[in-house]
Amino acid sequence: MTPAILVLRDGRVFRGGALGALGEASGEVIFNTAMSGYQEILTDPSYRGQIVMMTYPLIGNYGVNLEDVESRRPWVNGFIVKEASPIASNFRASTSLHDYLRTHGIVGLQGIDTRALTRHLRDHGAQDGIISSVEADPARLLERARALPGLVGRDLVAEVTTEAPFAWQEGSWELARGYVPPPAPHLRVVAYDCGVKLNILRQLRMAGCEVTVVPAATSAAEILERRPDGLFLSNGPGDPEGVPYLIASVRELLGRLPIFGICLGHQILGLAGGGRTYKLPFGHHGANHPVKDLATGKVEITAQNHGFAVDPDSVGARGWEPTHVNLNDGTCEGLRHREWPAFSVQYHPEASPGPHDANHLFHRFTELMARKGG
Amino acid sequence: MPKRTDLHRILIVGSGPIVIGQACEFDYSGTQAVKALREEGFEVVLVNSNPATIMTDPELAHRTYVEPLTPEFVAKIIARERPQALLPTLGGQTGLNLAVALAEDGTLDRFGVELIGAKLPAIKKAEDRDLFKQAMQRIGIALPRSGYARSFDEARAIVRQIGYPAIIRPSFTLGGTGGSIAYNPEELEEAIRWGLQMSPVGTVLVEESVIGWKEFELEVMRDLADNVVIICSIENVDPMGVHTGDSVTVAPAQTLTDKEYQLMRDAAIAIIREIGVETGGSNIQFAVNPEDGRLVVIEMNPRVSRSSALASKATGFPIAKIAAKLAVGYTLDEIRNDITRETPASFEPAIDYCVVKFPRWAFEKFPEADRTLTTQMKSVGEVMAIGRTFKEALQKAVRSLEEDRWALTLGRTADADELRALLRVPTPERLFAVGDAYRAGFATQEIHGLTRIDPWFLEGIREIVLFEPEIARAALADADVLRRAKQLGFADRRIAELAGTTEGAVRRLRRERGVVATFKMVDTCAAEFVAHTPYLYSTYEEEDEAPPTDRPKVVILGSGPNRIGQGVEFDYCCVHAAFALRDLGVEAIMVNCNPETVSTDYDTSDRLYFEPLTLEDVLNIVERERPLGVIVQFGGQTPLKLAVPLREAGVPILGTPPDAIDRAEDRQRFNELITELGLHQAAGATARSLPEAQAIAIGVGYPVLVRPSYVLGGRAMRLVYDDEDLREYMREAVLVSPEHPVLIDKFLEDAIEIDVDAVADGERVIVGGVMEHIEKAGVHSGDAACALPPYSLGEDQVRELAAEARALARALGVVGLINVQFAIRNETVYVLEVNPRASRTVPFVSKAIGLPLAKVATAAMLGQPIAPHGWIEERELAHIAVKESVFPFIKFPGVDIVLGPEMKSTGEVMGIDRDFRKAYLKAQIAADSALPTSGKVFVSVKNRDKRLVMTLAKRLVEMGFALVATAGTARVLERHGMSVELIHKVAEGYRPNVIDLMKRGEIALVLNTPEDGRARKDSYMIRSTAVTQHIPYYLTMDGAQTAIGAIEALLKGEQHVLSLQEYHDAGR
Repeated sequence: MTPAILVLRDGRVFRGGALGALGEASGEVIFNTAMSGYQEILTDPSYRGQIVMMTYPLIGNYGVNLEDVESRRPWVNGFIVKEASPIASNFRASTSLHDYLRTHGIVGLQGIDTRALTRHLRDHGAQDGIISSVEADPARLLERARALPGLVGRDLVAEVTTEAPFAWQEGSWELARGYVPPPAPHLRVVAYDCGVKLNILRQLRMAGCEVTVVPAATSAAEILERRPDGLFLSNGPGDPEGVPYLIASVRELLGRLPIFGICLGHQILGLAGGGRTYKLPFGHHGANHPVKDLATGKVEITAQNHGFAVDPDSVGARGWEPTHVNLNDGTCEGLRHREWPAFSVQYHPEASPGPHDANHLFHRFTELMARKGG
Repeated sequence: MPKRTDLHRILIVGSGPIVIGQACEFDYSGTQAVKALREEGFEVVLVNSNPATIMTDPELAHRTYVEPLTPEFVAKIIARERPQALLPTLGGQTGLNLAVALAEDGTLDRFGVELIGAKLPAIKKAEDRDLFKQAMQRIGIALPRSGYARSFDEARAIVRQIGYPAIIRPSFTLGGTGGSIAYNPEELEEAIRWGLQMSPVGTVLVEESVIGWKEFELEVMRDLADNVVIICSIENVDPMGVHTGDSVTVAPAQTLTDKEYQLMRDAAIAIIREIGVETGGSNIQFAVNPEDGRLVVIEMNPRVSRSSALASKATGFPIAKIAAKLAVGYTLDEIRNDITRETPASFEPAIDYCVVKFPRWAFEKFPEADRTLTTQMKSVGEVMAIGRTFKEALQKAVRSLEEDRWALTLGRTADADELRALLRVPTPERLFAVGDAYRAGFATQEIHGLTRIDPWFLEGIREIVLFEPEIARAALADADVLRRAKQLGFADRRIAELAGTTEGAVRRLRRERGVVATFKMVDTCAAEFVAHTPYLYSTYEEEDEAPPTDRPKVVILGSGPNRIGQGVEFDYCCVHAAFALRDLGVEAIMVNCNPETVSTDYDTSDRLYFEPLTLEDVLNIVERERPLGVIVQFGGQTPLKLAVPLREAGVPILGTPPDAIDRAEDRQRFNELITELGLHQAAGATARSLPEAQAIAIGVGYPVLVRPSYVLGGRAMRLVYDDEDLREYMREAVLVSPEHPVLIDKFLEDAIEIDVDAVADGERVIVGGVMEHIEKAGVHSGDAACALPPYSLGEDQVRELAAEARALARALGVVGLINVQFAIRNETVYVLEVNPRASRTVPFVSKAIGLPLAKVATAAMLGQPIAPHGWIEERELAHIAVKESVFPFIKFPGVDIVLGPEMKSTGEVMGIDRDFRKAYLKAQIAADSALPTSGKVFVSVKNRDKRLVMTLAKRLVEMGFALVATAGTARVLERHGMSVELIHKVAEGYRPNVIDLMKRGEIALVLNTPEDGRARKDSYMIRSTAVTQHIPYYLTMDGAQTAIGAIEALLKGEQHVLSLQEYHDAGR
C-alpha cells in the first residue's frame, strides 16, 4: 500500500496508507459518527471544503452503488477511514469504495488511528489539514496546512451550486423499485441550490411539489417572477456568512413567500432575519443527534452535518422563536417566525443517510404553502 | 414526563435457574433494574428461585424472595407484599410468562397490581404468533409466509402452500425449544409431533424457510412519550437457520447500506408501536434476502433479552437500567447518559469498533447429542470480544472461548470433502472449517455457496488465514509484520506457533519493538463526547487513551464464558470482590469477556477491561496497571489456570498462595497433608499410564473414580466399574489433558457426601456452611441436590466436618475461600477433595446464612483479619435451604440423563423453608419438577434398591398413588401385598409398554434407579421419555425418598413464603 500522511494545522501527524486517488488534498478535517451511509456522505455537497473522517472503522463494506447518491459526484475534499473494505458485499453494489474514490479523483487515507484523530478534533477543534500520498515530509505539509484559508467567511456555495435552473422529477427510494415515480404535483416550489442533497428534492417531490432548482445567486425578483407557492433554502457547505448575496435575496423574500430552510438554509434564514451565526468547535456530523421539538416535547433522532449554528437569542427580538433544540449541547436546531410563514431546521429531515424521524417536516412545508395559497 | 408518584412498591420477577436460552443475562438485567428503581426511591420486592444471582443478594432489594417462579408462589408474595406494580420485562421468558399467568388468573386484578413496561395485550400480541402476524399485516410489514397448526394434517396443508424446507416453531417456548427444520414429509411429521409436544398451548407455526438469508436484530427502546430509539444493530455471521443464540454475531450491522438499514429501523419503530410495548427495550429479528434485499420480520421479544445484554455491553448503553426508569414514567430525554454525563439517553449509540459474539457449546459433556445447529438453541454461554476491526474482534473472541483454540482452524486434518460437509451443515466447528477451507485453497465463492455466510465475513477470515505464511516468514524479523499480525488479532501464542518460537519470546520481542497493546474506551458516542467511565478494550493502535490511575488497585479475573461447571456462581463471587474492594477504598479492576454478566457492567467495578482471559491479555493489563495484586480464586478454573504463569511473570497473587493449590491438587503432596492432619481419604494413587492405572484399580478394588488432575465441573471424571471401562477411559483421558496425570480413587459406594464452604484469613477460619447431599456419593457435587444445614447428620458429625475443614484451611494457609468435599461411610469421614478457591456453592451458602462469604474473603485477601462472626457458626439456623440442579436434557434428545461424576447441570435453584420437606418441595417446583399429589407412579429399580423401594412404595400407596411396574419390580412389590399394574418393558416387544403409558400422560411420577455401567442402557428410553413428556422423575433412592417426603408435606399443608431478609433477621 502506498504510504499516505495527514498533517493538521496544529502540527499533529497521522501516518497511514493511500486510499482512492493518489495525490494531495486539503480542507477542514472533521469527523462523522454515522455508522452507515458513507456513499451519501461522499456525495453530499455540504462537505465541500472538508476532509471527512468516518469514526466507524470499517467503511466500504457494501461498496458503492448507482442509486445512493446525493449529487452527481463526490464532493468531499478528502476521505479518511480506519479500514476500507477490499470487497463490496451487497446486491446493489457496482464498485468498491477504493475504485469509486479513485475514479472521481478523491484522495483518501486509511489505516490511521481514527479514534485518536476524533479525540484530537474534539479537544482541539476541527481544523485545516492536508492528506498527501505524494509528499512524505510532514514539515512541508505543515507549512502548506498553515497557509490554508479555513472555512470562515469563504463562499463555498459558489463551487457547488447549479449553473442553470432545472426541474426535478425523481421520487424517493424504495426497496426493489429504486427511485419511484412521484405523485402529481399540486404546489410549486423554487429551491435555492446551495449544494442541495438530492433526497431533499425527492422528498419535496414526494410531498406533492413541482420543484425548480435555481442557482444560489438568483435574485429575489427572479424568484418572484416564477410565482412559486413556496421557497426552499437548501443545505450547503461552509460558512453562511460567505454567501451575503443569498442572505440579501432571502431578506427580500421574507414574509412574501412561505419559506422552508434546511441546514445552511436554516442559517441563511437566521442571518436574513437579522440574527447571528457562529462556528461550533467541531460541528455536528452524524446520524444520532437527539433533537427535541419544543412544541410537542417529542424527541427525534436526526441526521446532522453542520459546522456553524444560529444564535437563537440574536433573532428572538426580531419575531423568531426557536422550535427545536439539540439535547446533546443545547444548540438551536429550528426556527419559526411568529408572523411570517417561514421555518427552518438545522438538521436533515431528508435523512440519507440517517433516520427518517423528521420526514414529516416536508408536509409541514406543504401545509404551510397550502394554507397560504388557500 | 417525570417519575410516577402513585407507585411505591414494585415487584420484579427474575428468570429462575440458568438454562440453555436463559442465562445470567437476566441476572444482569434484573440487577440493573433493582438498582435503578431503588435509586429512584421505590421499594423493590424481588422474586427469583436462583440463589447464584447477584440480584438475590439481600442487600440489593428491600425484600428478596428466593421462591419458585410459579403463579401460586408469586401470588402468595403479592398477597404479602401488596406491590402496586409488577415489572415483567426483565426476567426473560420465564418472567414474562409468569406475569401473563398472574394477569390471566386474576391475581393482578385482585390485588390491584399494574403491569408496567408491557401490558398484557402487548405481550400477547408479540408472543402469540397469530396475533403477531395480524399486527404485522396491519402495518404492512412482511413476514415469512406461514400458517398455524394444531395437528399434523393442518401442518401438511400449510406446507403445500409454502413448500420445503419448512420451519417449525412451537408457540410460547424458550430459546426455540422444540423448533426444527423439516426438509421432507417424514421429517415434517417428526418435527410437528415434537413441536406440538413442546408448546404449552399445543400449537406450532409452520413457516416458509428463509434459510440462508442474512439475519439481523435491532434493540429498540420506547418511552411513554412515544420516543423510540435504536440502541444497537446486530448482524449474524451465520445466516438464517441457526438460532441467534447459536450464531456468531457482530455489532453493528456490517453489510447493509444506509437505505436498507433505515428501512429496517423504520420497520422496528413501527413494530414496537403497533405491538404497543409501552416502555423499555424490545428485540426485533429480521431476515434480509441477500439477492434482492427483501426484508421480513422474524419475531419480536417484548422484553429485555440475551441480545439486549449483548447490545448493552457492545455499546455501553445500559438497556435494562434505562428500561426500568422508563417503566416508572421517565422519558428518554430526562435520563442522563452515565458515560458522557452531559448528554441524554434519548440518542442512538455510535460505536467505533467492531464487536463479535461467539457462542460456547458444551457438547463435550453430551457426546451423544446431535451437534447440528438449528433453530433450537444449544449453546450454554457466550463470549464477546471488541476490536477495531472484525478480524481482530473475531480472533479475540476465538481465544476468549477457552477451548484452547488460538486460530481459526479445526486443529485436525480434514480433506476437501470433509471440509465441504463441515461447511454445508452448521455445527460449532463451521467457522473453523472456513479457516481450513481457505488454507486448502477454497475460493470465497465456493465457501459462500456452501455456508451462505456473507462474503464480507468470509473475506475477513481469508485475510487472517492468508497472513499466516507472512507471520511464519517475517514476524520475528520485521516489526511491521508483527504489528500487522497483532492488528489482525493474532495471539502471541499463535504467532509463536507459526514462527517457530515461544509465546514468551514473542511477548519479549513485541515489547522490544514497541508493538504493545493500546487501550480504548467504549463510550456510546465514538469519542464525540468525553467519557467518564473507564470501560476499556485493547487494540493495536497509536493512542492509548486510558492511563492507569495512581490509586491502590486490585485486578479481579472473571470466569469467562458460561459453561457447564462454571457459571453465574463465579460471576457472583467476582462481583462481590469488586464491591468489597470499593468498600475498602481500593480501585477494583475487572477483567472478563462474558457479556451476559453483572461483572461486565461498567458500574460494577471502577475499571472494566472487556478482554479475553488468557495469559497474554491479562499480562497486558497487569503490566500497565501495576496492581497490588490479582484475585484468581473467584472466577473458577479460568483464572486459576493463570495463577502459576502469572506468578512466574512476577505478578502478585492475592490470598491463598498458588502453592496451596498445588498441594491440594498434587496427589503425593495431598496424601502427606491428609496424613499429617490425621484425616482419612479414599485409597487411591496417580497413574501416568494404563498399566499403572490398572494396577492401582486392582489394588483399591473396583469401582473406582478416575479423573485428570486440575479439572472443574468434573470434566472427564468418571465412575469406572471394570477393566474394560478403564481402558476406554484412559484412551480418552490422555486426549483430555496430556500434561497432567490421572487420579484413581476407590469409589466410596453408598457414602453420604458433604460440601463445606469456609473463609479464612490465614488464622481464623469461618465455616460458612456444611451441606449434605441428597444423592449418595457418585453424583457430581455440582449436580447433586444438597441441604444446608444437613438434614440427617448428627451434631457431632457436623462439628467434626467443620473442624476438619478448619484444619485443612489452616494447614494450607488459605487466605480467602476454601471448599472441602467429604464423604461419610460407616461413620468414617473421608476427605474427597479440597479446593482452596471459590466454589459453586458460595452464593447458595451466602444466601442461606446471610453472610456474603466472597466479600469477607476479599477483605481477608487484602490483609484484613476476619472479624469474628460467631453467630454464623454457633447459632442453629431456624430454616433450611435446599439446592437443586437444573439440566439441559430437553435440548439434547438422545442423551441419557443418568447422573454421574461428570457435571451436566446448567443451573440451580434454592428452596428455603423452616421445614426441610417443604424446602425440598420448593426446590423441586422451582426446578420445574412439580411433584404430583395423585396418579400412577412407575417404579423400576435396580436389584440393590429393591429392599428399600418397598417402604417408599408403601408410603406412596398410603398417600393414594397407584403403582405401575415391570415384571421384576412388580413381583417384589406384590409379594409385599401391594397391588401393582403390570406393564411391558420396551424390550419385551408387547404394546402398550411403559413408554406408551408415559406418552399418554398416564404416569405422574417415575422412580427409576438404573443399573450401573453398561446395563443402564436398557432403561434409557424411560428416562428420556420422562424428560420429553415433562414427567417428574427420580433416579436415585435418596432423591425418591426425599421427594416422597416432600409430597407428604405437599398433601398436608399450605406452602408459605418468606423473604431472605426475614429469615436472616430471625437468625440474628
